[in-house]
Amino acid sequence: MSTVDNSVSGAVPGAPAPRRQPAWLKLWPVQALLFLALLVAVWAVTEALNLVIPAYQGQILLFTGINVIITLGLNLITGVTGQLSLGHAAFMAIGAYAAAICTVSLHLPFALALLLGGLVAALFGVVLGFPTLRLSGDYLAIATLGFAEIVRVVNTNLKITNGAIGYYGIQKRVDLPLVAMLAVAAVAAMAWLENSRNGRAMRSVREDEIAATASGVNTTFYKIQAFAVGAFFAGVGGGLYAHTTTFIQPTDFGFLKSVEQLSMVVLGGMGSIAGTVLGTIVLTAAPELLRFMSNYRMLVYGATLIVLMIFRPGGLLGGVDLRDAVRRALMLGRSRTVRTSVGGDGQ
Amino acid sequence: MAQFLQQMVNGLALGSIYALIALGYTMVYGIIALINFAYGEIYMFGAFTGLFLVLTWKANLYLAIFGAMAFTTVLGLVVERVAYRPLRRSRNAGRLSALISAIGASIFLSTLMVLLHGPATTGFPTLFQNRNFVLGGASISLYQILIIGVSALLMVGLDLFVRYTKTGRAMRALSQDADAAALMGVNTDLMIAITFAIGSALAGAAGVLAGIYFNAVQPYMGLMAGLKAFAAAVLGGIGSIPGAVVGGLLIGLAEIMGVAAKLSDWKDAFAFAILILVLLVKPSGLLGRSIIKKV
Repeated sequence: MSTVDNSVSGAVPGAPAPRRQPAWLKLWPVQALLFLALLVAVWAVTEALNLVIPAYQGQILLFTGINVIITLGLNLITGVTGQLSLGHAAFMAIGAYAAAICTVSLHLPFALALLLGGLVAALFGVVLGFPTLRLSGDYLAIATLGFAEIVRVVNTNLKITNGAIGYYGIQKRVDLPLVAMLAVAAVAAMAWLENSRNGRAMRSVREDEIAATASGVNTTFYKIQAFAVGAFFAGVGGGLYAHTTTFIQPTDFGFLKSVEQLSMVVLGGMGSIAGTVLGTIVLTAAPELLRFMSNYRMLVYGATLIVLMIFRPGGLLGGVDLRDAVRRALMLGRSRTVRTSVGGDGQ
Repeated sequence: MAQFLQQMVNGLALGSIYALIALGYTMVYGIIALINFAYGEIYMFGAFTGLFLVLTWKANLYLAIFGAMAFTTVLGLVVERVAYRPLRRSRNAGRLSALISAIGASIFLSTLMVLLHGPATTGFPTLFQNRNFVLGGASISLYQILIIGVSALLMVGLDLFVRYTKTGRAMRALSQDADAAALMGVNTDLMIAITFAIGSALAGAAGVLAGIYFNAVQPYMGLMAGLKAFAAAVLGGIGSIPGAVVGGLLIGLAEIMGVAAKLSDWKDAFAFAILILVLLVKPSGLLGRSIIKKV
């Protein structure tokens, strides 16, 4: 799987490829301006799109965007850092409830509520990150699953969340341009993080924890950091979800939600941002596209998961370097990218 | 004291059901390190097969249990063949791909049952008159005796099988070192299939017992039972057969004690809270071997 180009043989697999860019592109004000321009472009396009497409399709796009933000967080925890989480929906629930309580009971501005929802979720991410110091692999998976179940039961029994009846009366504050811009910002933030020193440290934890420790990487710190950042993304996504549906209940964020999110990450290709986005788009759209089959759609959904895993076990984009693929498609000659194996979890 | 004894009896009955399902998880995990998420659904199919046999063929208790076990054995083999074996063969399939495939199988099976039966809950017809016996201040019902008895019988049978038969020895060898076992002439594919078959049969029996005990059978019953049984297997130390029994009984007891303490709204959280606490103190479970990772 891990084919290394001759030109850079000896480079560390997984290290970012040396890019041939003009020097002025690397200045941060230029990059910031480019990013802002991108956001404005996204805003303009989605604002126009909002006028053209029917409400139903717009709603699917909206949920796709929210899911992208959430699954990018899970991809950081599970795909990049290699810590299997079966309870990502719990962070989404925490963010959703926190943001909803902020706007409805505390009358805080929506933007602040979103941020607070994300931060509260991140706090719980740190709390959940601590068990990972001692647990690994499937033991960690079941601990995260247990955490998610506990969050669900607590949400069902607390007064402040209005129990099993659900929390209602949330104002609809989310529209497509906002979600699209946040999703693009989330992708950019993740790409930046994964190419930073911290991102490389996280990937080293996934590849070989012992070797990472021996090389001076504080694995504990980076695991907790991955959980905190991943939970923050899920929390913000949860806040958006709450202010889209205007009604949330504990069962919205059950085990099946966590499983759905994990399927999106694994289906697209673990540890790959493009893969996560693709997997999320496919699995958010699939149940809607299959709606004409009414009762049979979940049957098809389950069977599709099995078939896809048999024929593309590494995920749709597993082992594919997007930059490389684009260059080859445009026949720009060979890139100097080092391909890494992302098939499965590398065990 | 009598109250406590009473809750112990109730907890043992519930725990036996969890233990039976947990055995399937732990055996499969011990051999191929796969969390078989479709197990809860196999348990659910067991309950429905029992129900079907009783309703259409007027089967008696034993026939219902044996029929359900036979059917879930076949079902377990089919699931292994379709959803897991191709992944085991493929070189670049990681353990997570197998997990997603298992989840796909789980969604497929529960939806299939919704299509076949509808989402409603069905009661289990009475197979025999339930009676209560008083034993040292606690009353134990015939249903509870049946559950504890059948579970104990199956567990002892499993223990003898794994310990004293040639197949059992091959299974133990496989769980210690799959490659070495294959080199010694163990047919690994066959052994894995047998493990799936045994686990599925136990889950099928548990399904019928649970259907009788709770007097309720529905297509989504497998999810929560499966999760708790999995928690039980991890609690006892996944891969360890006595561990699964101990974990199952403990989780059943904890849940019943929680209900007795008027905390029944929180009961679904107990199993997992205990699990997390135990894992924090002993990361490999109560009876699990701790694996030392060597460089």
